[in-house]
Parts: sequence; structure tokens; C-alpha cells
Amino acid sequence: MIARTLPRPRPALWPFIPILAGFVLVAVFAPLIAPHDPDAQNLLGRLKAPGTTARDTFYLLGSDELGRDLLSRIVHGARISLAVAIASVVASGIIGTALGMVAALRGGWTGTIIMRVVDIVLSIPPILLAIITVAVLGPGIVNVVVVLALTRWPRYARVAYGQTLSVVTMPYLRIARFTGAGPVRLLWRHVLPNIIGPIIVVATLEFGLMVLFEAGLSFLGLGVQPPTPSWGSILSTGRNYVSTAWWIATFPGLCLFLLVLSVNVIGDTLRDRVDRGSD
Amino acid sequence: MAAFLAARLFQAMIALWGVATLVFFLARMTGDPVLLLAPENATEADLQQLRVSLGFDRPLPVQYADFLAGLVQGDLGRSVAQGVPVADIIAARLPYTLWLAGGALVVALGLGLPAGIYMGVRRQSRGAKALMALVYAGQSLPTFWSGILLILVFGITLGWLPTSGARSVSSMILPSVALGLLSMATFARIARTSILDEMPKLYVRAARARGLGARATVVRHVLRNGAIPVISVAALEIANLLAGAVIVETVFAWPGLGLLTVQSINARDFPVVQGVVLLGAAAAILLNLVADLLYSAVDPRIRLGGRAT
Repeated sequence: MIARTLPRPRPALWPFIPILAGFVLVAVFAPLIAPHDPDAQNLLGRLKAPGTTARDTFYLLGSDELGRDLLSRIVHGARISLAVAIASVVASGIIGTALGMVAALRGGWTGTIIMRVVDIVLSIPPILLAIITVAVLGPGIVNVVVVLALTRWPRYARVAYGQTLSVVTMPYLRIARFTGAGPVRLLWRHVLPNIIGPIIVVATLEFGLMVLFEAGLSFLGLGVQPPTPSWGSILSTGRNYVSTAWWIATFPGLCLFLLVLSVNVIGDTLRDRVDRGSD
Repeated sequence: MAAFLAARLFQAMIALWGVATLVFFLARMTGDPVLLLAPENATEADLQQLRVSLGFDRPLPVQYADFLAGLVQGDLGRSVAQGVPVADIIAARLPYTLWLAGGALVVALGLGLPAGIYMGVRRQSRGAKALMALVYAGQSLPTFWSGILLILVFGITLGWLPTSGARSVSSMILPSVALGLLSMATFARIARTSILDEMPKLYVRAARARGLGARATVVRHVLRNGAIPVISVAALEIANLLAGAVIVETVFAWPGLGLLTVQSINARDFPVVQGVVLLGAAAAILLNLVADLLYSAVDPRIRLGGRAT
């Protein structure tokens, strides 16, 4: 693929750190922040507009088709969104980095095979790869993480491979080898600390993508299953009620957009600071 | 050029073979592919019968060879739910996805290129900076949200356009815009960068020195040279549009391959899902190849350097 090493002008960083921090706080303290039980149904308070009260329940952002408080579902949805994204970034990051480092250090057949698999996986459009994997494994929150880890590790492997190759020839690594460091110690103590910067940049940029993927899969009904509140599945309900209850799709989508936007701005800023060989 | 072409074709073939292999083993990852195909209430006897009739009782290498041989002949297997060849089902739906991707490409180019050119030529202006922020925001926009917002505004509030199905040409407008917005950002960025790359070059100064006006210089010289990266990125973007159609088609109930895939997963019709994914991957690999060839055709340094990937 043609390298996209474009200078990316980006918005100022300062508004987006508080936004991201806000989402993280909301996710961590979701049970304390949510005004109502996200799963509590109120069949007499269905599809209430934002700011209305029905049967002693005040709906700040309105209610959904089962009379559940939309705000509470969005607050709890932040938890799912961030948890899935963090878990899949960590899982794919560890798998990819380990395989990339091994491929570079061992070289030979091992390296060739690993990097060929990387090329092949990267040549499939990610959403299609995720969909066929879900079709095999079935939906559900754990499977979403497995799917995302399985489909996204090559991004890290490619970066780790390139970075490790540039490190292995360094004198300090040869000295470490002379002093009898085994392969695990070599990678963990000597290679990893020197390549972690670009890996973290990739992880940040991937994080926004993982949030979108989880929401997208859940929107298609292939991700987090109801009644667990996920922004994607709330949006898919909102699509069905779009003509009568505009708020159901509007608010979770706005949260999704703001979260992904702030992660992307932060990721791009990080990339510009660390730079070189991260993409 | 011939050697380069052969090398890249060979790479693409290897990638296609790799994708087919990956999909083959993915389907067998859970151990028993029959479980993916059988209805949920099938008895063990039913499963065994299915296993034999579909050939899953044969040794794995035999199944694999058979699978690859079928693919080479364009045989994607049979749909479990409908009992007809997967290739036929896909052929019936493919035109819809192609129309949608085409419409999205028109939207993306029609909005993205002028925006990108403006940002490149008038890089310091307020308008360019505001556009840049918009383009940046556009990249973080989930299509399933922007699609719903479009339905809300143009379909429901204003009542101008149909919001689902594919009954008339006007049905195509909203899905095309929703799908095209993402690529629009890419095109705007590429066009801007490409113009910024060209502007400081000597031929621009020469044209201006000859007395050619600023506008004419851009139109006659800068745009032509700047078009090169845009064209090859367009090939890559088509692959992204085809993949992105999965979600947009679901939002707008557009009867293309994306909707087919989601319906097939819910109907537990694995061969169809597999067929669409193989086709999508093949399209992505081929478009990637096209992008590389376009790029090297206009920039010999790439093929002389020997590394186009």
C-alpha cells in the first residue's frame, strides 16, 4: 500500500483531554453517575422525550422503547465501550508486538511466515474479517474482544518488526547477547523498552478504531447483546424508532463521535511527537 | 515494467491464496464446521448426515484442495438457507453495492476534491482552517450515526428523500452521502497535501513568471500534477467504500452485499458470509494492485526502487 505519510494538521489538543477524561470518569463511576437502573423498564414511560417525567421518573435524555432511561444506558454504555476497546487494544498489542519482535529477532522461516500472515490479514478489509470471525465464534462481549484481537494484531506486528530490526544491530544488544541473555530476557529487557514508543502511538490510534468497531458490530447485532447497554446497540434501536423518537440514536452517536474524535486528536498529537516509523 | 508487473501480480495471487486459506481454517476454528451450517435444533443424526453430504467427513487436505479448486472455478459453494449457489445470490446483490459505492465515490470526490484544492491553494485563510477542522471531524464520524442523522433531517423532518430500500434513484442519495462522507475526508486531505507539495516547485514559479495568472497556473499546471496521488488513492478508497457498505446498507435497508451478509449471519448461512468476505478481500487486493500500478506508471522511481508496498 502506498504510505500515507502525510503531514496531518490537527485541531488543538486542549479541549480533547478533558473530554476523554470525562468519558473515563463516567465509565469508572457509572453506577454512581447514572440516575436510574439502566435495565429498569417502565412500560408506561416508553419513548418519552428528553426532559419529561413519567411515573415519578425524570428522563433527562428521554427514554427508549421499553421505558428505560436513555442517560443511564449511555452512561453504562461508556463502560462497555471503553472496556472492550481497552481489552482488545491490550490483547492485540501484546500478540502483535510479541510476534513482530520474534519475527525480527529469529528471522529465517519463522520471520517470513509471521510477516506473510501479517500481510495477508492486513489485505482483508478489517470489517469483513471481523464479520466472518463473528460468524464463526458467535456474538457476545467476550467474543468481540477475541475478534478484535485476532483481526488487529498485525498492525502492531508490522511496527514491532520494523522497530526491532532497527534495534537488533545496536552494540548494546550484542553485548547483552554476549553476557548470556536468553531470547525472552533479550526481548523483554533490551528490545521492548526501545520500541515501545511507536507501539503506544499505534495503540492510541487503534483505540479509536476499536471503539468504532465494537459499536459497529453491536449496531449490526453481532457484538454486545441486549439488554447489555452498548452505544452501538442503542443506536440500532434508535434507527428503528427514528421517526418517533429522534433522541435514542442522536445522543449515543454524539458520545461515540466525541470519544473517537478526542482519541484521534490525542493519538495524532502523540504520533507527531514520537513520530518516525509508526505507520 | 514487465518484471515489476509480474512481481506485483504474483504477490497479489499469493495474497488471494492466503486469504482463501485463512477463511478455510477460520471456518474450522471451532472444530466442527457443520455446527455453523446446521439449524440450531438439529439432532446428532442430522449433523452426521450433513457432514457426509457436504464432505466434511473427508480428510482436511482433501477438503482444502477441493475448496481451492472450487474457488478457482468461481464456485463459492451452496447457500444453506436457500439451496442455490452462493455465486448466484452474490451476483443478484452485487449491482446494488456497486451502485452505492459508485454514488459514494461521486459524493466523496465531488465534495472532497474542491475542499482539498481550496485548502491547498489558500492554506492560510480562515475558510481553509475551518474546512480542515470539518474534514478532521469527518474522519471520526461513525457512518451508522451520520446515516441516521441524514435520515432524521432529510427523510423525516424535511421529508425530501426516501430513507430505506432501493425503489428509485432518489433512494440512493442518502446512503451515498452517508458512505461518501468518510472517503471525502481522505480525498480532501490527499488533494490538499498534493497541492501543497506542488506549489513550491519551480514550474509554478516559471508559469507565474511567464505572466500566467494565479488561477490559470493552478488549473493548468498544479492540478494536473497534483492529480497523480489522488487517482491512486481513489483505487484504495473504492475498497474501503465496498467494505463500509456493510454498515451503511444496514442503516438504509439497501439490498446489497452488506445487508446480505448481515442477514446471512442471522440466518446462520455461513457459505454466503464466506463468499462475500472472499469477494471483498479479492476486490481489496486487486484495487491495491491497481493503486500500485497506477502509482508506478507515473512515478518510475517506485518500480526502480522495487518496493511498492
